[in-house]
Amino acid sequence: MIALDVNGQPRQVDVEPDTPLLWVLRDALDLTGTKYGCGIAQCGACTVHLDGQPVRSCVTPVGTAAGQKVTTIEGLDAKAEHPLQTAWVAEQVPQCGYCQTGQIMSAAALLARAPDPTDAQIDDAMSGNICRCGTYQRIRKAIHRAAAMAKGRK
Amino acid sequence: MSRLRLSRRQLLKGGAAVGAGLVIGVRLPIVAAAQAPGADPNVFAPNQWLSIDRDGQVTIVNSVPEMGQGTSTTMPMIVADELDVDLSKVKVVQAPANPVLYANPVTGSQSYGGSRGVRDHLQTWRKAGAAGRQMLKQAAANEWGVPVDEVETEPGAVVHKQSGRKLPYGQLVEKARTLPVPQNPRLKAPAEWRYIGKEVGRLDAPSKTDGKAVYGYDVKVPGMLYASIERPPVVAGAKVKRVDASAAKQVKGVKDVVQVSHGVAVVATSTWAAIKGRRALKVEWDEGPLASLSTPRMFAEYRRLAAQPGLSARKVGDAAGALGSGGGKTLDAVYEVPFLEQACMEPMNATAHVTADGVTVWAPTQNPGGTQATAARLAGVPPAKVVVNTTMLGGGFGRRGEVDFIVDAVETAKAVGAPVKVVWTREDDIRHSFYRPATYNHFRAKLDAQGQPVAWWNRIVGPGILIQKGMAKAGTVDGAAVSGAANLPYDIPNIEVEWKDKDFGVPVGFWRSVGPSQNTFITESFIDELAHAAGKDPYEYRRALLGNAKRHRTVLETAAQKADWGAPLPAGRARGIAVAFSYGSYAAHVIEASIADGKARVHRVVCAIDCGIAVNPDQVRAQMEGGAVYALTAALYGEITLDKGRVQQGNFNDYPMMRIGEMPVVETYIVDSGEPPGGLGEPGVPPVAPALCNALFVLTGKRIRRLPIAADDLTKA
Repeated sequence: MIALDVNGQPRQVDVEPDTPLLWVLRDALDLTGTKYGCGIAQCGACTVHLDGQPVRSCVTPVGTAAGQKVTTIEGLDAKAEHPLQTAWVAEQVPQCGYCQTGQIMSAAALLARAPDPTDAQIDDAMSGNICRCGTYQRIRKAIHRAAAMAKGRK
Repeated sequence: MSRLRLSRRQLLKGGAAVGAGLVIGVRLPIVAAAQAPGADPNVFAPNQWLSIDRDGQVTIVNSVPEMGQGTSTTMPMIVADELDVDLSKVKVVQAPANPVLYANPVTGSQSYGGSRGVRDHLQTWRKAGAAGRQMLKQAAANEWGVPVDEVETEPGAVVHKQSGRKLPYGQLVEKARTLPVPQNPRLKAPAEWRYIGKEVGRLDAPSKTDGKAVYGYDVKVPGMLYASIERPPVVAGAKVKRVDASAAKQVKGVKDVVQVSHGVAVVATSTWAAIKGRRALKVEWDEGPLASLSTPRMFAEYRRLAAQPGLSARKVGDAAGALGSGGGKTLDAVYEVPFLEQACMEPMNATAHVTADGVTVWAPTQNPGGTQATAARLAGVPPAKVVVNTTMLGGGFGRRGEVDFIVDAVETAKAVGAPVKVVWTREDDIRHSFYRPATYNHFRAKLDAQGQPVAWWNRIVGPGILIQKGMAKAGTVDGAAVSGAANLPYDIPNIEVEWKDKDFGVPVGFWRSVGPSQNTFITESFIDELAHAAGKDPYEYRRALLGNAKRHRTVLETAAQKADWGAPLPAGRARGIAVAFSYGSYAAHVIEASIADGKARVHRVVCAIDCGIAVNPDQVRAQMEGGAVYALTAALYGEITLDKGRVQQGNFNDYPMMRIGEMPVVETYIVDSGEPPGGLGEPGVPPVAPALCNALFVLTGKRIRRLPIAADDLTKA
């Protein structure tokens, strides 16, 4: 048994410690908002936060996540009203949507450390996330919008 | 849900009664389910597309799978408009596999590709909603004892303004369901539309930002096992010789190892156990006839065959004669394009449960009809015994019209006697796809003394997708192979386009915009060569040759104007232009590019699109943005190569995708032609690669005749 802290909840999982966190979240904990895209940390669809840092859960053995706070898209905001989620809808970002949860998790980590990011900071932080529907232009706008919204809230 | 299921069953009965003959060629296959014996009296379902219950809950059934194009918003927009209900109050569900009720009325099949959502269904869906509205109005008029033309509707209710009376739709269900279904209801005038033509937010956007949208990969059903299939090292044609599953079976969680058509399936209690088990598997293969195939050898063979005549795909005048006559200037060029893989973000997968009674499939498929037929064949049951649940698709791009991943799931589930989800890895996807054909294309043209083209000759060598799939006859011209080349829009007195079939057996298939994706690259690059050889402006040169092609010309002019064609640019930047018709729509692109650090850099993409009626303009723009990125990725990076029959790429490290830092500004201008709707998923792709390469030519003086763009293409001539 491995003890995890996922979205603020203590969870016990009966898996091998080498199991990538991705498959534990998806298969054992039914948190399927975190996606498989490549398995080699090249596409970002599986992005979650470990103690607030974005990681690719497809190459993160579950054993290394023990003792850290795991945040998935389901736990980003209790009401799914994180400024990024609101901005993503306002800018009509998703098409097929498969990569978007990973995109939002990468963007959330960016905004946490750079509340008003420049385009260059966005490019840098989001370069690990692939979107095959080509929504990059709207992702950029949505991040700027979310930053502005968050500023307005303060 | 149970109520909906019930009404679906009745729809099915109604459908069966009228027979399959109604489906093909009938513009409105409305089924009078309301009158079907035993129909639920609490539900008003004038046809297969909508139902209303006594609580006023409206359910709209969409037959087109949602793969990102926005159909799960666009389709209900259309029905809701004609029915007159608030879109926000409508429940949208995905149609079951049932070709009698849900086949595309134009193609007759319940398979969706070719950007055929709105363009093949607009009238059908409008009539479906309008029929419901007309019946509800009649029911209210009868109730009030007033003539039907005195009543009107407001969202969700019928009103009689003279007497101030009003009845919500839910209260009319019982009366409306006994009325005859009008086959030609009055449709609203465009001025009456509340949704069609307006920017409506995607209904699926919230579920795609909070993780709740369910894709095929996310399916979980009680008792389900997970499987990963060890596939052959070669792209196709191999057979299993020997399997040693002993080590695989030792892996914790592995339940079974079974041989299936596409390899050896490791079945386990979790995805990771299946993958680990698969890694421990030892399989010996008979690698089959493709084991010696390599990309250089294929192109050498194409080159050899290009010297031989092909089948005529288009003949106007006498191109050979004009080319052979003296005078003028002759151009000769060869263009090559590689195999490409679609790379859907969600890798292939499907879940199946096979029992004595039938089969249930959950799949992210563009082809519910084909899924049903395939499962029925493999399980030995009639199609009616196969239930297909179409999930969200994490990208389609043509790849998900195939049924190979359905075969995986049904065969594995049948072998183990439990529900099984078969998941593909990224490497499985890239190495075992149905690739966009690699082709070799020879051109010759002649210009007269004024630089006007008098002859255009083009021979395309490559495989035919339709022929390989048995959708066209061998020995005929494969429409997909020449689309975008044979229908060259330019006014040239002598044109000949030939196709030489050469199929090495590499599986080929549909890749966003198919033939036009590659044939627009070759033709719009070559016409650019002609313009430069004539010493003319490439935009003006095209424009002058589009005399009979008004819609081409209009999008070309719009793109040029919006992109400030001809205006000075910063040093080191240049513009390129291209135009194409595909899938019912006309698109032109102007691309601004530069070269930095040996790489092409795309700054601005200006797209003009004439898709006829634009049902949801913001989603039109979204499709143009997506089409641009898809096409730029292919032009800059896309190449699948073979060595010893093996695909040499496997994941995003060696089959790279464009990323956010490379994203240009994409501007879309919708040209309102007032014509019937055209497609949108595909038409934003074809002109992009040639517009980019035409811009790079201006910078380097070197013509890019092979994709993807190589470093060597970007140095000055």
